[in-house]
Amino acid sequence: MMVRVRVPTPLRKLTNGVDEVNAQGNNVRALVEDLERNFPGIKERICDESGKIRRFVNVYVNGDDIRFLQNLETSLKEGDNISIVPAIAGGV
Amino acid sequence: MSFVQGLKCRECGQEYPKEPLHVCETCFGPLEIVYDYDRIKKSISREKILSRPNNLWRYRELLPIDGEPRAGLYSGFTPLVRAHRLGEVLGVKELYLKDDSVNHPTFSYKDRVVSVAISKAIEFGFDTVSCASTGNLANSVAAHAAKAGLNCYVFIPDGLEQGKIIGSAIYGPRTISIKGNYDDVNRLCSEIADKYGWAFVNVNLRPYYAEGAKTHGFEIAEQLGWKLPRHLVVASAGGTILPKLAKAFKELKRVGLIEDGECKIYAAQAAGCDPMIQALKKGTDLISPVKPNTIASSIAIGNPADGYYVLQAVRESGGWGESVTDEEILDAIKLLARTEGIFTEPAGGTEVAVAKKLIQQGRIPRDESIVISITGNGYKTLEVVAHSVEKPFRIHAHLKDFDELYLQLTQPSSGKALAGEG
Repeated sequence: MMVRVRVPTPLRKLTNGVDEVNAQGNNVRALVEDLERNFPGIKERICDESGKIRRFVNVYVNGDDIRFLQNLETSLKEGDNISIVPAIAGGV
Repeated sequence: MSFVQGLKCRECGQEYPKEPLHVCETCFGPLEIVYDYDRIKKSISREKILSRPNNLWRYRELLPIDGEPRAGLYSGFTPLVRAHRLGEVLGVKELYLKDDSVNHPTFSYKDRVVSVAISKAIEFGFDTVSCASTGNLANSVAAHAAKAGLNCYVFIPDGLEQGKIIGSAIYGPRTISIKGNYDDVNRLCSEIADKYGWAFVNVNLRPYYAEGAKTHGFEIAEQLGWKLPRHLVVASAGGTILPKLAKAFKELKRVGLIEDGECKIYAAQAAGCDPMIQALKKGTDLISPVKPNTIASSIAIGNPADGYYVLQAVRESGGWGESVTDEEILDAIKLLARTEGIFTEPAGGTEVAVAKKLIQQGRIPRDESIVISITGNGYKTLEVVAHSVEKPFRIHAHLKDFDELYLQLTQPSSGKALAGEG
């Protein structure tokens, strides 16, 4: 199962500057493992020591925050668009 | 002369040079400005500050610019209003309102952060500035960009009040309205900031931008005669201002501008979007994002980037937080207007309503100094109160007609039956 992943600037050093990559996995957890196989070091940037998504990293599947879905267990299907986005501030 | 040494990750401590960077490459943590406080302490003094113009740059040693200020030369230094009448209604002895609803030029606290961000954007050599906004920030970025002669793109969610939309458009930016809520706008903007080489004030300039919020706190202390209030109530949405007020108070002590003194800080949120209050009450550091549903659009942020630091600052100060319903917010807008003559937007209504609730709960004592921050202006959000104020009474231009009306208006228990026409 192939999905598209948008890579934010801070991670592009690991993807040779590429801003969008293909990856595989039937859920987000498997996707992160697949990214790690192709771009070693990327997992520890996205996940903390306990394997959870870092506090300041947001992951979206087709625009939906995975915390509103099933977090790392959120299932993926062919052609899904994944965004990895640093948290940013606004409002008051 | 600059007192800024560089940037540092708040999470893992990694250091970076002064550049338009906002997240740590290692852990994605937010970057924070590092100042040389020892040198600042030697350079700054109350006398020096008092000799400067009444704008936010009077505290320039504690702001992250290298050269002269390039924007916001009339921003900040808003009134600290002694609120006797509201204080009486709330049953407290010493109440003040820090009134950023009259901040220059766009009537919200955002003129502070944008003054710093635009100055910094010019220093970095950007020709285009941008932001993700719930409205007030877009107004401020558009106005400051116009004054500085920069290109401007502002991104807002669908469904904002007309005052906020037109309040940006008038300055001539390109406004892009996103089909979604603020959190959707935010996500898109972080991707756009990645791709286009623009100065996004609250994305790649965030470490500089956020420092501007401290000036709200510096001014409160100066206006109270160089001391801190015992209690401060302020709204939290993305989480920029509250931790920066805590930082401002610490810095004032660090550089010797005030003696000791502690201020408890309280976070105010709308019940329809209160992820931080939920976390505060649960006693957790983990903020679960929510889908916002409130009239307080300027604070309708369900996924607060700096929420963790709000919790930290509130707890460290010994403060607390509360959320209030849309009905309580509307009542508080009217209460503030009718006791103090200040017309605020729903975010300000939230701040007043939460202060009221915390006082009633006994969380905030009645005999100590209290400041409520008023962060935005009600003239931008007329729609939300339009149906809860009295409509004009229409009569002909005849004295007799007014005499009759006046009689009716002044007779006890006649008010409601007489409701005026639109």
